[in-house]
Amino acid sequence: MSNLLLKVENLKKYFPIHKGTFGTKSGDVKAVDDVSFDVYEGETLGIVGESGCGKSTTGRAILRLHEPTDGKVTFDGMELTSLSKGQMRKARRNIQMVFQDPYASLNPRHTIEKILEEPLIVHGIGKAKERKQLVYDYLEIVGLSPYHAKRYPHQFSGGQRQRIGIARALMTNPKLIIADEPVSALDVSIQAQVLNLMQKLQNDLNLTYIFIAHDLGVVRHISDRVGVMYLGRMVELADSESLYETPLHPYTQALLSAVPIPDPTYQREQILLAGDIPSPRNPPQGCTFHTRCPFAMDVCKVVTPSFKEVKNGHSVACHLHNEVQQ
Amino acid sequence: MAELIRNLPQTAEQEKVAGPWKEAWRSFRKSKSAVAGAGIVIFFILVAIIGPMLAPQGINEQNLAIRLLPPSSEYWFGTDDLGRDVLSRILHGARLSLTVGISAVILSAFFGSLLGIIAGYYGRWIDTIISRVFDIMLAFPSILLAIAVVSILGPSLRNALIAIAIINIPNFGRLIRSRVLAIKEEEYIHAAKAIGMKNSRILWRHILPNSMTPIIVQGTLAIATAIIEAAALGFLGLGAEAPQPEWGKMLADARMFLLNAPWAMIFPGVAIMLTVIGFNLMGDGLRDALDPKMKN
Repeated sequence: MSNLLLKVENLKKYFPIHKGTFGTKSGDVKAVDDVSFDVYEGETLGIVGESGCGKSTTGRAILRLHEPTDGKVTFDGMELTSLSKGQMRKARRNIQMVFQDPYASLNPRHTIEKILEEPLIVHGIGKAKERKQLVYDYLEIVGLSPYHAKRYPHQFSGGQRQRIGIARALMTNPKLIIADEPVSALDVSIQAQVLNLMQKLQNDLNLTYIFIAHDLGVVRHISDRVGVMYLGRMVELADSESLYETPLHPYTQALLSAVPIPDPTYQREQILLAGDIPSPRNPPQGCTFHTRCPFAMDVCKVVTPSFKEVKNGHSVACHLHNEVQQ
Repeated sequence: MAELIRNLPQTAEQEKVAGPWKEAWRSFRKSKSAVAGAGIVIFFILVAIIGPMLAPQGINEQNLAIRLLPPSSEYWFGTDDLGRDVLSRILHGARLSLTVGISAVILSAFFGSLLGIIAGYYGRWIDTIISRVFDIMLAFPSILLAIAVVSILGPSLRNALIAIAIINIPNFGRLIRSRVLAIKEEEYIHAAKAIGMKNSRILWRHILPNSMTPIIVQGTLAIATAIIEAAALGFLGLGAEAPQPEWGKMLADARMFLLNAPWAMIFPGVAIMLTVIGFNLMGDGLRDALDPKMKN
């Protein structure tokens, strides 16, 4: 296996809830609760989960856009969580982010040229002339043309804007790109184009991706390994093949059974989950999934299952599988 | 197929690039009332600049022989109780009124925006303090507050200007604060942080330019209010002093003769009204042009 690039250990992000006139703290929303995973150089790690499960917050907490409540993030041997604000800013040169909404993530008052040049200025890369040239180069790399540089974001389509968002993330020549639902806001036909572009860039520039999405099909297409999140916790992590073929966690099984299959004659067993997702403000005791799990046992209501490797490279947080091991 | 789709827009649109300001100007021009308002404003600004040169008579030349004359070919707007030409005084007064209105608004917009940005961007206790002070200031009727300020500073046109600037600060402050709060959560600000920008750069290059449009709109509308407030203070004897041809002061001086010489009061009143209408129409037009979401 290739080199370890990013190590996330016991990452937690709690958002405090303030109530009343004096804003006394009345609790926490546990958006990310004790998540650990590794990312290796050159791979794509997909993170899936339904909305509100904390997958985006995880991505942002790694970059410290949301200051993590607890935990340790190590990138390329450097502990991000202990850096000062100024050092963290510099470290962001090597970790960039692609955002979900291409309409909201570009400053409407800046031209494309300005948007793309800014990361270079901020990190003091190149002289004015070289920066211009880099902007034109990257525009071409993402499939746009140099004459687009003088335009404003509103003059582009969603797919084009997302290409600009990707170009911006590439400007500083980062090692890791955290893509937060980069294709969710796009039409299906454009999704494919952008995904193909991202894969091509990965090969050409030796990028590592953390690819956050809720679309299981998209994640399978692009990811080498996939992590599944539920209520702020990572419940299963495995390489794509083994996760999609032999899901171990009941939640993953239910998720995968809900993926539509474009074949009207295909009959399959769909696992329907009862109830709603519990509130992350007051998650259930023990395994957070036990309230909806078809296989829930007594132990699930009391003991939080630990996240363990049960097969080669296949980790799961579930008592069903921990038992087998013991 | 992918190639084809990607190449489509390149052939379709080669037209020149229009920035957000240009587009705002285009939509501003379409509105007749906005253009009319801008016309009035430009007219009064010209009057303020070259008016004193056009004035047919001196402003302080008293001639009791010609007091309270009705409008005529010689004295177009008539004369006042001291025999001064009303037209000449209005032409001179335009400079006073506009200077007071515009500089008061610039002052309050500057300090209001500064406080609003600090409150909105840094939040926490500093926001609480600034916002509560704004609330307290807004709890008073503005003219009352202005009177209080002038009473402390002493009546003069300059102090009236300062008073008007002070009472308008919370309006700008709250406007900018709410705008900054909204923009702070925009994804392009998160993107700016993710790139590794410093707070100051984000604030001045990304948040501020995107917060400017309501300031321009509010500023234009506030000039109208400020002119009225200046006139009100002048009318109450708290603004311009005796010989100054300030429009509100002229109204106050002429009110004793309202029945037998209404022109001495009507013409300064009309001047105030027209200026205020001009700024209001222009402000409304600017709002429609700069904030397309307000349109229906």
